[in-house]
Amino acid sequence: MTVIGWIQIILFCVIVVALVKPLGGYMTRVFAGERTLLSPVLRPVEAGLYWIGGVDENREQHWLTYTVGMLLFHVGGFLIIYALMRLQAFLPFNPAGQSAVAEDLSFNTAISFITNTNWQNYGGESTLSYLVQMLGLMHQNFLSAATGIALAVALIRGFARSSMRTIGNFWVDVTRATLYVLLPICVVAALFLVWQGMPQTLGPYVDATTLEGAKQTIAVGPVASQVAIKMLGTNGGGFFNANAAHPFENPTALSNLLQMLLIFILGAAMTNVFGRMVGNQRQGWAILTVMGVLFVAGVIITYWAEASGTSTLQALGLTGGNMEGKEVRFGIAASSLFAVVTTAASCGAVNAMHDSFTALGGMIPLINMQLGEIIVGGVGAGLYGMLLFVVLAIFVAGLMVGRTPEYVGKKIEAREVKMAMLAILVLPLMYLGWTAVAVVLPSAVASMANAGPHGFTEVLYAFTSATGNNGSAFAGLSGNTFFYNLTLACSMFVGRFFMIVPAMAMAGSLAGKKSIPPSAGTFPTTGGLFVGLVVGVILIIGGLTFFPALALGPIVEHLAMNGGALF
Amino acid sequence: MLKEIRPAIILLLALTLITGLAYPLAITGIAGAVFPKQAAGSLIEKDGKVIGSALIGQEFKSDKYFHGRPSATTTADPNDAAKTVPAPYNAANSGGSNLGPTSKALNDRIKEDVDKLKAENPSMPIPVDLVTTSASGLDPDISPEAALFQVPRIAKARNMAEDQVRQLVADKTEGRFAGVLGEPRVNVLALNLALDAAAPK
Repeated sequence: MTVIGWIQIILFCVIVVALVKPLGGYMTRVFAGERTLLSPVLRPVEAGLYWIGGVDENREQHWLTYTVGMLLFHVGGFLIIYALMRLQAFLPFNPAGQSAVAEDLSFNTAISFITNTNWQNYGGESTLSYLVQMLGLMHQNFLSAATGIALAVALIRGFARSSMRTIGNFWVDVTRATLYVLLPICVVAALFLVWQGMPQTLGPYVDATTLEGAKQTIAVGPVASQVAIKMLGTNGGGFFNANAAHPFENPTALSNLLQMLLIFILGAAMTNVFGRMVGNQRQGWAILTVMGVLFVAGVIITYWAEASGTSTLQALGLTGGNMEGKEVRFGIAASSLFAVVTTAASCGAVNAMHDSFTALGGMIPLINMQLGEIIVGGVGAGLYGMLLFVVLAIFVAGLMVGRTPEYVGKKIEAREVKMAMLAILVLPLMYLGWTAVAVVLPSAVASMANAGPHGFTEVLYAFTSATGNNGSAFAGLSGNTFFYNLTLACSMFVGRFFMIVPAMAMAGSLAGKKSIPPSAGTFPTTGGLFVGLVVGVILIIGGLTFFPALALGPIVEHLAMNGGALF
Repeated sequence: MLKEIRPAIILLLALTLITGLAYPLAITGIAGAVFPKQAAGSLIEKDGKVIGSALIGQEFKSDKYFHGRPSATTTADPNDAAKTVPAPYNAANSGGSNLGPTSKALNDRIKEDVDKLKAENPSMPIPVDLVTTSASGLDPDISPEAALFQVPRIAKARNMAEDQVRQLVADKTEGRFAGVLGEPRVNVLALNLALDAAAPK
């Protein structure tokens, strides 16, 4: 670990925190339907969309209608991607002549993109046409992210409102999230990234003759426009197979910093939106502090583990840390930070290969995802995931003092706790359940690239990443098989929608309750005690759930590595 | 509930066209006009022919050139499409080795490379980036130490003074952005082009 490495990490954190308030204020105005700086340009487009869509923007929806609208929207998105992938050979913008994608891979990819996962069982530049990348994948990069924001806003309305039947209008929320929040930031970011060296062209792959006379085919494409939303929407699906490690997808240290900021800013700002909407910004800062504590702990461990390197590298006298699977322009510090950022949020882009991380360095990304990606989290998804844990923590606190727990003026009762538990328990069911199945199926075991405990971690990581809608991978695992395409798609689907529906049910039930003013017996939810309690609940629930699995994977691998064992 | 079907279809299609077609095409147009070189892939031409991209590493095997990092990229096996064969610096199929810290294959490969480099230059410690594969397999850079490590070999192969080669490395070394971000590095292709310019083969 170096001083300059830590300065880079602190710089990143400072910029994120500085952006929380202005962005939170802007988003709050957008979702309240107030005028903003961009209204003169965007308002006519927005009104036009409602007109052709037959949406009455003043009519609000019951939570069930809101949720059904959201689900229908996703069915449509699934069909668009699946059809484009199957038909890409007959469609334009296909200069590399990519042929139709297989059924199971198309199915997996379509599920992967509507759930904001962007798991890559496909290799971008070797499988997909430009049209599929843009019209198929990119539109879901926007819309799955916009959906996440909409759902989080709806849940916040549940907390903020008193005795109401409705929680907003899904179509209005999703349109505003796309037009006012995602698109403007993406336009600026995409052009910045092109300036840094990212290609943005519809031209064919370039054939070069290298200095030594060999032929090198260089894949290019409309990269920058996709990378901007891939990061901002915490989607993470790379234009290229190597994702943000590819020099075209992340040309410089500056583009790397911008991409990490894009991953975090919306999720972090959502905490401020929460605070503003429930009438006390300190409520938002308290949640962000919980996230911050867990985040910083993760960065310290990963950076330390990667900077220390492996015992075999040390034995050969190679200093400078574990550079296998990392790029020189980022080095150890920026690669470690990126790995923690991308898994704390549900992004899943990688600028280094997590599969080649040290055992403990790779364990932190895994833990981040197993905790449910609530440290900042996916845009929107992170906040509603965190609020589920908050509800649980408040409930535990209520049990301890023997009072009905309340949070931001709402009584937390049996229905809320049941919904929170349902959402929290369904995640380990998926990743632990499917991992257990995979490690006893010989055909699934054959997909592992590494032997020994590392192979087990590859499988555990895959199902964890899919369930958490992250999309990063221990990429050695050959996931493009019938078994993994289907089971991973199942994990992604359940991980997304079995969390959303209970969260929306909770939003509906909360909105219907009366807001009660705080009294002397109310547990304060803006202080250090609250932060400690939530962190504790997260770690205890998480630890009890997945510690045994970690013991079989990264922990035993770390011990084996120190003992000099190779597999 | 049936009322939700119309917006589900129409809004989806309209937003898909805006975000999936209008947005990328607009960015492509603007980028091509404002940053044409970067938008096309930062290509380097020599005598009217493309010799590579400034951002994409390429394979160097000759003693007369600086070598980049080992690359784990592959290509489809010409004899069996279901398999892959190693193809270093394949810029149409990026990727890393994905081998973990306790992988025997990885550690054997590293040890072999270390032994080779020790024989080439026993006087300097081996920089770790010279014996580890990059994440993309296309890393265009090496650390300044990794470039300096290769100076004696280049000087001998090209019949140049070591100091002259060392000076070229110093000229082509890029520092951290604003002194803070990233790591110091040397672009291998740029360095080798400078080398050719200084001492034609």
